[in-house]
Amino acid sequence: MSPPSAGSPLRVSVDLNLCQAYGQCCYAAPRHFRIDGREALFYDPAPGADARVAIERARVACPVQAIRVEDPDA
Amino acid sequence: MAPSRTERAVIVGAGLAALRAAEAMRAAGFSGPLAVVGDEPYRPYDRPPLSKHVLTGETPPDATALPGRPGLALDWHLGVPAARLDRTAQEVHLADGRALPYDRLLIATGTRARPWPNPHEGRMPGVFTLRGRDDAAALRAALAAGPRRVVVIGAGFIGCEVARVCRSLGLPATLVDPGPTPLARVLGSTVGGVVGALLREDGVDLRFGAQVEWLEDEGGRLVRAHLTDGTRIEAEVAVVALGAVRNTAWLTGSGLSADPGGVDCDADGHVLDADGRPDPRIAAAGDVARFPHPLYDGRRVALEHWGHAEAQAVHAGRLLAGDRPDAPYSAMPTFWSMQGDVMVKSVGLTDGADAVAIAYGDLAARRFVALYGRAGRCIAAVSVDCARWLPACAELIAARAPFPPDGAAVDRNARSLDILAPGLP
Repeated sequence: MSPPSAGSPLRVSVDLNLCQAYGQCCYAAPRHFRIDGREALFYDPAPGADARVAIERARVACPVQAIRVEDPDA
Repeated sequence: MAPSRTERAVIVGAGLAALRAAEAMRAAGFSGPLAVVGDEPYRPYDRPPLSKHVLTGETPPDATALPGRPGLALDWHLGVPAARLDRTAQEVHLADGRALPYDRLLIATGTRARPWPNPHEGRMPGVFTLRGRDDAAALRAALAAGPRRVVVIGAGFIGCEVARVCRSLGLPATLVDPGPTPLARVLGSTVGGVVGALLREDGVDLRFGAQVEWLEDEGGRLVRAHLTDGTRIEAEVAVVALGAVRNTAWLTGSGLSADPGGVDCDADGHVLDADGRPDPRIAAAGDVARFPHPLYDGRRVALEHWGHAEAQAVHAGRLLAGDRPDAPYSAMPTFWSMQGDVMVKSVGLTDGADAVAIAYGDLAARRFVALYGRAGRCIAAVSVDCARWLPACAELIAARAPFPPDGAAVDRNARSLDILAPGLP
C-alpha cells in the first residue's frame, strides 16, 4: 500500500479479536488501514519507514489498543 | 525454582507462540542463551493474512513478519526441523544432526495442513494446501494465472475464506464439503447456514453433503475433481482445506504423552509423560498443546487460535523463566475469520451446545450475535458483523451465566429470545 522508502519497513499486526471496527486507525493512517464492509479491517503489515508517524498515530488512537508495531530501525 | 544465569533454553517452533514466549521469558528475567528452532527458513510471521490478503495480492507473502520486542538476543536455527527429543540427555536433535542442549524447553511446533489422502494426487501440480508462507505464495501465483475454476475441498474457515477470495478475484469457485453447511462442526448448521448463504450470494458453487473421491490429471496437471456421486468438476486448481495435524512426530520416543492430536500438558502448562507425570523443564504452547481448560470443567483441548497462541505462550514463557503462575492458564478461547468483507468472530467453545439464541440482531440481516448454551449455561457466542457485543457475551460465558440469559447484556429480554437448535453434529 505504501511506496518503497528509506529504512526498514515497520512491522504491524492487529489483534482482530480485540478490534471492534471503531475505525480510528483509518482516520489516523488512511493509506495503511481500511475497513471493508462493516468491520473487516485490512491493514498493511509492512508500511514503509516514512509512515512511522502515521502508524504511531493509529496505534495510539485505537480505542481497544489492538495495534502492535515494531520499528526495526528504532 | 528460578533458573540460574547459566541455564539454556530452547524453543522448538518459530511461529507466533515462539516469539511471544521468548518475549515473556526475557521479560520475566531469563537471561541465559535462548535458541529458537524452526523448520521454515523464516522468522516468525503472521498466518491470518495468508488465506486472505496474501491470496488477493494486496499483501506480499514476505510482508507478514510479526512485530516483536527488540533486543531479545535469540539464537535462530531456521530451515531445519527438530527430529527428536532426548529428555534423558536434555537435548533437542535437529534434522541436520546437530544437538541443542536445554535446561528449559518450550514445545511450540504448531500444526501442518492435513494432506490430501492420496499422496500422488496431493503432489499433482494444481493441487495446494495452505498453511505456511510458501504455500500462500504458490497458491497466490496459481490464482493470479487465472484458472478457469478453483475447487475448494473442505468448508472450514480456511476453505470458506479461500472460496471468497477466489470470487473477489473473479474466479469461478466450487466448495465441496460432506457437512450440511459450511463450518457445521464448529458453528453448527444454524449459524453455518448464514455463512453458506453469504457464499452462495457471492457466486460460490456450493456442494454440500458431497465428497471429492479423486483428482484427475492430464499430462500430470490437475484437470478435474470427481465427487463420490459421480459428478465431475472441471478445475485447474484444487485447494485441500481439510484442517490441520499437530506436529508431534518428532516427540516419538521422548516418553511424552503426544499423538497427532497434540502433546498433553497439566494445568500449569508443563508437558506430561506417558505416565501422566509433568516434566518441570518442558512446557508447550499454541496449536500443539493439549491442556485441561478450567472454563470447560478441565476438558482437554488443543486450540488453533491466534489469540490462544499468544496468551498461552506468554503463560508458558513465564513458567519456564521460573515465575510460578498465580492460576492455571484459562484464557477465553477466541477467534475471527474474514469471509470476504464479513467478519465472523467467536468467544468460548461451542462443543456440545444444545441450544442457540440469537441474542442481538437477526440471522436474516446477516448481522447478529448467536449465544450458545449447554445444559442451561452460556458456553460460547458467535458474532457476524457484530463484534461490539461479543465482550458482553464473553463475560456471560466466563461467569457460566444461565442460558438463556436474563437480558442484562443483550438488546431484549429472555422471553423474546428465539431459542434454536444449533445443528451441531
